[in-house]
Amino acid sequence: MSRALALRLEPYFYTAPSLLLIAAIMLVPLVTGLSYAFHDLILLDPLSGDFVGLDHFREMLNDDGFWTALRNTVVWTAVSVALQFGFGLILALLLDRPFPGRGLVQALVFLPWAVPGFLSGLTWAWLFNPVIGPLPHWLHGLGLLATPENILSDPHLALWGPIAANVWWGIPFFAITLLAALQSIPKDIYEAAAMDGAGPLLRFRRVTLPLLAPTIAITVMLRTVWVANFAELIVVMTKGGPADATQILSSYIFTLAFQRLDFGYASAVAAVLLLLLLAYAAAVMVLRHVMTERA
Amino acid sequence: MSKTFTRALHALALAAFVAFALFPLFWLLKVSLTPDDLMYGEGVRLWPSRVTLDHYGAVLRHTQFPLFFRNSLIVSAATGLFATAAASAAGYAFSRFRFRGKAWVVGVMLISQMFPLVIIVAPIFRLLSPLGLTNSLTGLVVVYTAFNTPFAAFLMQSFFEAIPKDLEEAAMMDGATRFQALRRVILPLTLPGLAATGGFVFTAAWSELLFSLMLNSSAAVSTFPAGLLGFVSKFSVDFGQMMAAGVLALLPVGAFFLLIQRYLVQGLTAGAVKG
Amino acid sequence: MATITLSNVSKDYGGGPVLRGIDLEIREGEFVALMGPSGCGKSTLLRLIAGLEEPGGGQIRIDGRLVNDVAPKDRDLAMVFQSYALYPHMTVRENMSFALKQRRLPQAEITRAVEGAAAKLGLTALLERKPKALSGGQRQRVAMGRAIVRNPKAFLFDEPLSNLDARLREQMRYEIRKLHRELGATSVYVTHDQVEAMTMADRIVALNDGAIQQVGSPQDLYDNPANLFVAGFLGSPPMNFLDATLAQDGALVVEGQTLARVPPPAGLASDAAVTLGLRPERLALTTPTNSVPTRVDMVEPTGTGRVVHLALGAQRLKLFTMDTRPLAPGETVGLSVPPGAPLLFDPGSGTRVA
Repeated sequence: MSRALALRLEPYFYTAPSLLLIAAIMLVPLVTGLSYAFHDLILLDPLSGDFVGLDHFREMLNDDGFWTALRNTVVWTAVSVALQFGFGLILALLLDRPFPGRGLVQALVFLPWAVPGFLSGLTWAWLFNPVIGPLPHWLHGLGLLATPENILSDPHLALWGPIAANVWWGIPFFAITLLAALQSIPKDIYEAAAMDGAGPLLRFRRVTLPLLAPTIAITVMLRTVWVANFAELIVVMTKGGPADATQILSSYIFTLAFQRLDFGYASAVAAVLLLLLLAYAAAVMVLRHVMTERA
Repeated sequence: MSKTFTRALHALALAAFVAFALFPLFWLLKVSLTPDDLMYGEGVRLWPSRVTLDHYGAVLRHTQFPLFFRNSLIVSAATGLFATAAASAAGYAFSRFRFRGKAWVVGVMLISQMFPLVIIVAPIFRLLSPLGLTNSLTGLVVVYTAFNTPFAAFLMQSFFEAIPKDLEEAAMMDGATRFQALRRVILPLTLPGLAATGGFVFTAAWSELLFSLMLNSSAAVSTFPAGLLGFVSKFSVDFGQMMAAGVLALLPVGAFFLLIQRYLVQGLTAGAVKG
Repeated sequence: MATITLSNVSKDYGGGPVLRGIDLEIREGEFVALMGPSGCGKSTLLRLIAGLEEPGGGQIRIDGRLVNDVAPKDRDLAMVFQSYALYPHMTVRENMSFALKQRRLPQAEITRAVEGAAAKLGLTALLERKPKALSGGQRQRVAMGRAIVRNPKAFLFDEPLSNLDARLREQMRYEIRKLHRELGATSVYVTHDQVEAMTMADRIVALNDGAIQQVGSPQDLYDNPANLFVAGFLGSPPMNFLDATLAQDGALVVEGQTLARVPPPAGLASDAAVTLGLRPERLALTTPTNSVPTRVDMVEPTGTGRVVHLALGAQRLKLFTMDTRPLAPGETVGLSVPPGAPLLFDPGSGTRVA
């Protein structure tokens, strides 16, 4: 083999193992999974498997469960990401200035991130359990709950349980990313701004935020997609209940597939979720492009 | 505002964050140490009047958790190893080569991080079943390796970017092939990055619930998350043992995290800032 | 020791050519400087010789053997990088042994070679240190040591001194030159610093925009530049360029004044516009009455002498003098241009015409 050819093939040699694996285990199954959306496919039902065209999508229009889950997905994602981001930014700013014991504090506040998702869910479910958890009693003491009961069994409040767990679990991710970005801002920019007479608030608004903006945009987008797909907390804490009140689309897909065994319909819902997420990501990218063009 | 006041406010705010981060874990630990007879009477006290290790003893002796723990350890370690190896190669290619189709490769990896994984459970089951890879630890390793390779590759890429190209070029001038330069010069310098990536993948594999539940129904090959969930639905009032098992599940990932946390921050930074 | 021959070498990264039609023969034992501004393609040319980049076209030969398809490791060339590229996880000794181990030489021989090279560079006391624990100058020496320990066919230097302070740079210039004389090895040295090129090289290859502008000895390039680029790149303060007209009789007229006379060149139209090049140190100050009157704009003492900025009508020029008479801005002085000093260039193409 000539050297020129060898050099041209070299990058593919390095990427091939990953690519083959991802193609075989993720992409091919994804295509198969999407094709189920157009089939009547019910596990353990030998009579199913027919091509049904867009039937599942028509069914979705009249499926209250789908619409509830869609609404919940928006609430779940928006509230979780907003709170994770807000607290994450505050935490990052707190950690950005030096103080004795910073290394230890940083390790401790980032610890929730290492906790497996299902275990965070279980832990928070227990915290909300009035028998062994303190939260219902505290909420009652604060006058937020009429009686110290489990909010996870109240259809109107139950979604806040997984959201609380999600915020607790997700703050470190934002804090880590933002802290890293903060530390990459050269200190002399702040000094220059201070020499120009800018106070701390103005410096934050005029220096910190604009320089963090690219990181913020990308992190928030990736995280939004990720949180929207993240069904584990809901599955573990409420199983989508009571009475499907806390289903988000991804947990609804899970329920459809593995409790009702209706893989066809589940795949159709998954396809819709995928489309929505792609549209969202594309919109963010376009917006970011427009903003940077203007700047 | 005086300096002392600002400093006090800063310390107070941090203390609140530390308390919020640790409280649920503290509670987990507390309940796991509370004797059964005090469980309901002192359920919501901050610390029980008596502590016991009975729940841990019961979990280790009378349940299948030691088996689940072993399974999880095998699966996570193997996944960490394979995914890091594959991701290092890919991350190296991303950081060092310009090649035709690179944008596509990166795009494929990004897409693979975006879709709801639930959608591929059934197809994967159908793919692995005839190969004898369902109800098998190997099957889980294969699946987890694929899931974790893309992110691990981006992480490794950012670690490689931090190492000057000059170094492997110097090694190549000194008589090494590119692969030898990678092995003898670049990889030793990426050790923290390799550890962070390996630790990250280990943690992710250790935490995975959905596919473990769906692909492995036999208890002999259940991982810790699936086992714990099964235990919870069967014995939902045995809080002491559940939480003892939870603490045990937390130990390896917690330890790993404290070790690699610093490097992970580095890698994520570079990755996040580049977008 | 080797000869390196480039014929019609080109390189293109996809955004226009980086190198075009490079023909160059580097002789055995010669010290050649590739000189030019950043972006001129000099580093790319060096990397093509090293094998770290693939040429887009043309042939590269080392000792007559075509090496286009030979990997860098098999070319037996040593390279000193601008960043030094020392392996951070290895000691100085391990850094210097790397190439020899790669060749599987016996350990005793490696030790002997490394210690010999270390002694030559004054690194003996530092052998067990890691690069982190060395100063900039010491790192530079280790990079040199890593190259000479191999006894390669040729040395390639990629701006090796640009990270050092001025004093160290001067010292290393001298040492590299001395090493070259001792080892007699073919060396190719990339630099943007005309002083390095002038003081170190046997021959300079002046590069601009990816093409060779001129090849020759430093003095030759200085005295007889082929074009405006070479004329302007060498020399400090740089050559003055004035818009002038060349009359039929050889009079050089600038701003209405006849500055000098040259032998009437053949083939130039009468009253042709030319660019007149004058080296500041070739000009002399006289009294305004017997030569061209100019106005002093500013005076910069340099220690050895003074750089005098002069205004001649709307044009500016500089003059270097060791004359110590008092000069004040605004004063009118006489400017004298000795015969042989004027260089004439075509204002359009920049090519030297006389």
